[in-house]
Amino acid sequence: MTFDWEVVDEFMPRFWDGVLVTLQALALGTLIAFALGLVWAMAQRAPQRWVRWPVTAVTEFIRNTPLLVQLFFLFYVVPQWGPSMSPLTTGIVGLGLHYSTYTAEVYRAGIEGVPVGQWEAAKALSLSRGRTWSSVILPQAIRRVVPALGNYVVAMLKDSPMIAVIGALDMLGEARQFSNETFTTEAITVVGVAFIVIAYPASLLIRVLERRLVNNT
Amino acid sequence: MSTTPDSTTENPPVDGSELIRFDNVTKRFGDNVVLDDLCFDVSSGKHVTLIGPSGSGKTTILRLLMTLVEPDSGTIKVNGDYLFHEERNGKLEPAGENHIREVRKNIGMVFQQFNLFPNMKVMRNITEAPVHVLGMAKDEAEARARELLELVGLTEHIDKYPTQLSGGQQQRVAIARALAMRPQVLLLDEVTSALDPELVAGVLDLLRDIAQTTDITMLCVTHEMNFARDISDDVLMFDAGKIIESGPPEKIFSEPEEERTQQFLNAIL
Ligand SMILES: Nc1ncnc2c1ncn2[C@@H]1O[C@H](COP(=O)(O)OP(=O)(O)O)[C@@H](O)[C@H]1O
Ligand SMILES: [Mg+2]
Repeated sequence: MTFDWEVVDEFMPRFWDGVLVTLQALALGTLIAFALGLVWAMAQRAPQRWVRWPVTAVTEFIRNTPLLVQLFFLFYVVPQWGPSMSPLTTGIVGLGLHYSTYTAEVYRAGIEGVPVGQWEAAKALSLSRGRTWSSVILPQAIRRVVPALGNYVVAMLKDSPMIAVIGALDMLGEARQFSNETFTTEAITVVGVAFIVIAYPASLLIRVLERRLVNNT
Repeated sequence: MSTTPDSTTENPPVDGSELIRFDNVTKRFGDNVVLDDLCFDVSSGKHVTLIGPSGSGKTTILRLLMTLVEPDSGTIKVNGDYLFHEERNGKLEPAGENHIREVRKNIGMVFQQFNLFPNMKVMRNITEAPVHVLGMAKDEAEARARELLELVGLTEHIDKYPTQLSGGQQQRVAIARALAMRPQVLLLDEVTSALDPELVAGVLDLLRDIAQTTDITMLCVTHEMNFARDISDDVLMFDAGKIIESGPPEKIFSEPEEERTQQFLNAIL
């Protein structure tokens, strides 16, 4: 069997559709994962126990169940009593939610790495809790965890094809459908290359960010 | 330490009125009774030094005032207000966060390990709390920070990060940061014991200067006995969570009544 460039040509329109889905899922999923993870991590330091333990329970639960199950749940079960969302939106929320439980752990490690003397100094100056977080603790905590957060962006990219199971056709989803219809394999190769093309600059970007943040003390 | 005239007004106390008062304060960590039914008071403008062997509870007193730990029983008053309690319908009840914050604003603290914010330059270390806690305008806070940096002799380091400074310089910034809140009381917990020996004198001189030229009240834990002798109006000798002896430095250092005090002084001098 030879590699047929005409097949590639034919796949291209659907490939770009898939790329768009993949990039949206990655960008928005990352946004959710980074923001929500921070909320989880901060909530786990809340003074009130009734805030801490439900958050711990929920994040543990989400982290320890498969993403696939969560995607099905969000797509088929949640709409029965809650909002129903498009496949892509569901996929984005699912990826973001799932990965937020990982980023929460990363943030938590970063927060715990800030010496207790920093909390005490903030308290001695009567800084409010919000101020203490935003100007003292988080700038120090996040700086040290940017590389670890970045790794989860790449991991999320690799998990993003799962959203095809609920009908959000990412680039791999498009390729599989195309290949099944045309009895060809070229599309799969194209997508394999595309993953590298996206992942590599992403990891370079993370490294640049890391250097700027870490050396900026 | 004194019997004091009443200070029930809301105004800042005139010199000599009672600023800090511990009444029957007990603090335990597990079975360890760290402060045992402690009573003492400090008058406004006085410099009081806490001495005593390691583990006798000196730091715990400062941490109580900073509300970093809570007492198991007893009451603490700062400038006439209960620190951990609020009076409601004539009854003492545990205070809310806002009340505690308001009372604590009267108190500044300098730590052994400096605890400057490493993510902020010197200037912002000093202005952060005045701007965001006292609501001071940024210009005003920065002008005040410059004055304070002049006082502590670090004007040229205003745009540096703490890690670019020596330990002694960092501690002086920490002192400036505490003073920027214009506290009535300054708590100092072994502020020179993390410093290289050659840097100690500079910081102690600065504190002597502050003690002499301002009317700030100081509560100071130190092992620097010469410094304690110079600045103190009163010395409290602690042992096992109790004040076993107190008085002016001439008396405590030269002719202590308690044998424990004598032993302690012999051991460290
Ligand atoms: N957070 C804490 N948990 C348990 N024990 C503590 C804690 N802080 C202080 N202690 C204990 O309280 C006692 C008094 O400590 P401290 O006030 O630091 O004494 P000092 O400053 O006079 O050396 C010590 O026995 C110490 O081990
Ligand atoms: Mg101590």
